[in-house]
Amino acid sequence: MSVSMMSGRDRRSRRRSRPASPTRRGQALKGWLYVSPTAMFVAVLFIVPLLLVVRMSLSRWPLLTGDQGVNAPDNYTKVFDNRFFTDSVIFTLKYTALATVLLITLGLGLALLVQESSRWKGLLRASFLIPSALGLASASLLFYVLYSPIAGPAAELMNDLGWTFLGSPTGALLSTVFLIVWRFAGFYMLLMLVGLQGIPAEIYEAARIDGASRWQIFRRITLPLLKPTLALTTIMCVTGSLLAFEQFYILTKGGPDNSTITVVQLIYTMAFQGQNDLGVAAALSVIALIALVVINAVQLRAFHNPDEK
Amino acid sequence: MSTHVPISAGPHTPRATDSGRSDGPSAEDGTTTATPAQPRPARRHPTTSIGGLVLRTPYWIFTGSLAVIFLFPLVWTAFASVAPHPGTNQTDGWGFGNYRTLAHYQAGIWQYLANSAFVSLTTVALTLAISLLGGYAFARFNFPGKNVLFLVTLAILMVPYATMLIPLYVLLTQLNLQDSLLGVALVLTMFQLPFSTFMMRISFEAIPRELDEAALVDGCSSWAALWRVLLPAVKPGLITVGLFAFLTAWNDFMAPLILINDSDKFTLPLAVSNLRVQVQGVIDYGATEAGVVVLALPCIVLFLLLQRHYVRGFMSGAFKG
Repeated sequence: MSVSMMSGRDRRSRRRSRPASPTRRGQALKGWLYVSPTAMFVAVLFIVPLLLVVRMSLSRWPLLTGDQGVNAPDNYTKVFDNRFFTDSVIFTLKYTALATVLLITLGLGLALLVQESSRWKGLLRASFLIPSALGLASASLLFYVLYSPIAGPAAELMNDLGWTFLGSPTGALLSTVFLIVWRFAGFYMLLMLVGLQGIPAEIYEAARIDGASRWQIFRRITLPLLKPTLALTTIMCVTGSLLAFEQFYILTKGGPDNSTITVVQLIYTMAFQGQNDLGVAAALSVIALIALVVINAVQLRAFHNPDEK
Repeated sequence: MSTHVPISAGPHTPRATDSGRSDGPSAEDGTTTATPAQPRPARRHPTTSIGGLVLRTPYWIFTGSLAVIFLFPLVWTAFASVAPHPGTNQTDGWGFGNYRTLAHYQAGIWQYLANSAFVSLTTVALTLAISLLGGYAFARFNFPGKNVLFLVTLAILMVPYATMLIPLYVLLTQLNLQDSLLGVALVLTMFQLPFSTFMMRISFEAIPRELDEAALVDGCSSWAALWRVLLPAVKPGLITVGLFAFLTAWNDFMAPLILINDSDKFTLPLAVSNLRVQVQGVIDYGATEAGVVVLALPCIVLFLLLQRHYVRGFMSGAFKG
């Protein structure tokens, strides 16, 4: 499955086999036949819900009674009036910034550490990657016990110091970030390794012959050439962190003092806990969707290099 | 995502990139260095002397402790789940008391395991079938709307999970799939489509066209060509897609949380997470640990078994834009 070999061969064969027009129609029909399951799933479970959520956000839609007719823009004003709205946005952004910076730096650091192939580095790689096999919910439950002042391994120490991991807002945030780093660092390391593989060895050789220091090589060669990977990983990490839910739902339950409520958690609370108002939840969902699209567009633009073709 | 990560060579070949730029002295990668004729600074010569070993010690300690940080939570949980602890079902001596609590929790762990297995296997089967056919269509056929459909499929990635689950909750009720594990599996399959379609498309594109064209010339239908000729060639892609679908479905928390109400239909993550507050708000940490072990074990075993494959599938093409 070598990629470099593929492109040339692909181009060659495409030129050779220009199908005639009846064949092409047959082709189109067969193509649609093969792709129809995909198209059906996308249409029914993606496009329809996407339209539905917009309609719900413009309608009165309690959880139990369903659609009660259009009431726009009440749901949106209710979202902005929600007493947790501003706090949850600020907290989500804070968490995203922290998680992204840490995961990208650590992912790159670990990748540089285990880049060469040797038995020991293979072992290291595997041990960094194993947490990625766990689900976020399982990992959160695991750390819920680990951080516990009753059953955790540091329980006695915490009792002596009178301090708990999840007791203060800062502690809860940092503890959750640690959980996320533990769970995802190996995954981002893997993505960075893929990117590092794409940098030709000759460039490093040339730089070394020219007497570049290790730091210079990293700063002037690795980082610039790794930019596409850094862009991809940053966008993935920002998107994932902005939509954080499980880790806070399970680990902190939004506490202490409602200090760790994320936007998605707020959506869930609006829809299924207390208010039971799907309309307001849909409105916040739409706002989150638009925000995400805008943020990702800005990131793509920021990473886009005008020098590249 | 238009991000393009260039991968210039196959991932299986150990790259010469690795050669001299190790962070520590490179005793063990001496074998992979490019050409001996290359002028290199003297300190980079592979060292097996005692001095070299001493110099390496901080490196061993540093990397070793990193590995310990990553492994400790898992190992500790596995031990703690069988260790005695007050307030759990395992108060004196080591044993499987916590697992017994888990086994008899509400509908019983077997019920939840069966629910999770049903959701995961249905998701895997659907994802494999749909992305195999879809990838074939996208890689080998020209049809109107191809690019739009492909982009819309990838756009699923851009939409927040929660944004989709609120309307899906309403939609599934209308389709008579409320509170149903099949509904959860359908939703999870949809969320798998961007990755799996993409992966299968590039898997098919990596196969030389001559292969299936020869089969077509020999009188095979396109269906037979897919089944007999191409299927074996895209197997690595299918394994990666299947593994991803399984891990995601097995571990997913939010979709069942929102779509399932009946506690007998809970999947395992949901059941274990609810188990925490079993007895009047007193948290059974022991049973939770046992639950985490039951949840994590299949994933870790699967991961270790297929690790080589999974990493390779990733590196071979998942990020070729």
